[in-house]
Amino acid sequence: MAERLLTVRELNVCYGKVEALYGASLTVDRGTIVSVIGPNGAGKSTLLNALMGVLPSRGSVEFCGNDMGNVSIESRVAQGLCLVPETRELFSQMSVEDNLELGAFTRYRRGDKGIRKSLDTVFTLFPRLEQRRSQFAGSLSGGERQMLALGRALMSQPTLLMLDEPSLGLAPLIVKEILHTISDLRSTGVSILLIEQNARAALQISDYGYVLENGEIALEGPSSELADNPRVIESYLGIGGGEEKG
Amino acid sequence: MDFQTILILAQDAITNSAIYALLALALILVFGVTRVIFVAQGEFVSYGALTLASLQTGVMPGTVWLLLILAFIAACMETARLLVSGARHKLPGALATILAPPLAIAALVKICTPLHLHLGWQLILTMLIVIPLGPLIYRVAFRPLADATVLVLLIAAVAVHFVLVGLGLLFFGAEGVRTPPFSDAQFTFANLNVSGQSLCVYATTIVFVAIMAWFFNKTLYGKALRAVAFNRNGARLVGITPHLAGTFSFALASAIGCLSGLLIGPITTLYYDSGFLIGLKGFVGAIVGGMASYPIAAAGALMVGFSESFSSFWLSGYKDVVVFTMIIPVLLWRSLTTAHYEEEE
Ligand SMILES: Nc1ncnc2c1ncn2[C@@H]1O[C@H](COP(=O)(O)OP(=O)(O)OP(=O)(O)O)[C@@H](O)[C@H]1O
Ligand SMILES: [Mg+2]
Repeated sequence: MAERLLTVRELNVCYGKVEALYGASLTVDRGTIVSVIGPNGAGKSTLLNALMGVLPSRGSVEFCGNDMGNVSIESRVAQGLCLVPETRELFSQMSVEDNLELGAFTRYRRGDKGIRKSLDTVFTLFPRLEQRRSQFAGSLSGGERQMLALGRALMSQPTLLMLDEPSLGLAPLIVKEILHTISDLRSTGVSILLIEQNARAALQISDYGYVLENGEIALEGPSSELADNPRVIESYLGIGGGEEKG
Repeated sequence: MDFQTILILAQDAITNSAIYALLALALILVFGVTRVIFVAQGEFVSYGALTLASLQTGVMPGTVWLLLILAFIAACMETARLLVSGARHKLPGALATILAPPLAIAALVKICTPLHLHLGWQLILTMLIVIPLGPLIYRVAFRPLADATVLVLLIAAVAVHFVLVGLGLLFFGAEGVRTPPFSDAQFTFANLNVSGQSLCVYATTIVFVAIMAWFFNKTLYGKALRAVAFNRNGARLVGITPHLAGTFSFALASAIGCLSGLLIGPITTLYYDSGFLIGLKGFVGAIVGGMASYPIAAAGALMVGFSESFSSFWLSGYKDVVVFTMIIPVLLWRSLTTAHYEEEE
């Protein structure tokens, strides 16, 4: 069995008095893609934000064998955890290239010399970003922004990459392209925790899946099994549905 | 008013503007990175000049005590923080980084004060004393409030201002000082006398601005600071620690303040409370730049310098009134011409 990368036990998150996530437990193995699907407002983004330390939470989060209890966001980044949030949080008044370089900030502090090379890798992955390297991030199109967000995350060479709806607002063809890129990342040794509205595509590229409903994990299993589960088919995949976005 | 007078007033205006522009730059940076409207910025100006004056007379400057006290408070706070978060093993290292530099500086000052060193060494000593005050003030007064609103941070900044002015009176007394110029040279260009000190002000400002432009646009640490100012959440997600950015921006604020004090100390008499008004004029420049744009803030600083200088000729008693009244039409104009963004909190 593969090595455990992330173990989450009984995670609870509240916004004030409103409980948005209760008792969520999940695991991610090294070298796998795990997807979390669920309806709007189920608590998917809440889950990722809590794992990154952006939101306070109760419960235990263990990453690479270390307890993440009191660890700041920056130390989590330094330990190889990386989040592309739903809001992307790009530096819109800075150039595409600056955004990417800043993605490697922790590596730079460590004295890593391979940053230029990573930049070239990202540019090979997303040639559009290279064409727009000196343009402000805020002036990019929606799709280019998603690429930049993903590229900036890759610049940190994460061990576990957490993606919150990377295909948000993209044309179907580009959705395919982005998800294809993501499934290719696995072969470079990055593990991925993926949130997708496009449940069919998410289950296609992932190894294991969780269904989150009303702040609780309702179902889990290997992606191929989940894709055949009648309940999942009815609620998330649609009847004989195509590739349309949820 | 003849041409000669205009030239003299303009020279005066440019010298002051250079200082206001530097202060505006620090204010904008501190505000962007930490959301603190640092009204106490000007205190570093008077502290710089007064510390140098003390060293000149062979007296141990009171700012050294302030440095030690702040370091002690910061060390206590850090101890409490580490004990609460259960990171006891980090304590010795953390205490050493907080306490060692101020103690070393205090020892150095103690040794050097009676030696009546050359002015250049005394300038360096002054900066060694005053610059660490910025990061320490941040550590003690603002870092615990990192998540507070802009208003709460402003109130804290006002409190810091009053404390620093009060301590200034305690340390240095009510006497004004004039520090020696960096150079006694006098130059004459087309009937206009330009002092070496004024040239020093121009040169230092230009060099400083050039270094800052390089730092913020070309180095990753500079870009990281700008990133914090633009998008705090995004910056944390790429691993930039906000309090390190805050520490650095306050170090820059105290460095710029201290340098400004040393530059204008030979030109104007500075008292323990003169810094506030000087800082406020830099603040007017920063506001003209919307607390965000460095070039517009520099233009604003020029505007402040010129209106101050020329109104001192026509309405000398009201020159500050003129400067601060000007802010109203400027704000009105800016509010009409710039788009509004909801403040993200
Ligand atoms: N800042 C907040 N304050 C209060 N409640 C919040 C806040 N953010 C989210 N919530 C609530 O928490 C619940 C889960 O939100 P979350 O953003 O995690 O959903 P999601 O599964 O990511 O949905 P979507 O698919 O629409 O992105 C929702 O009911 C939402 O209203
Ligand atoms: Mg979401």
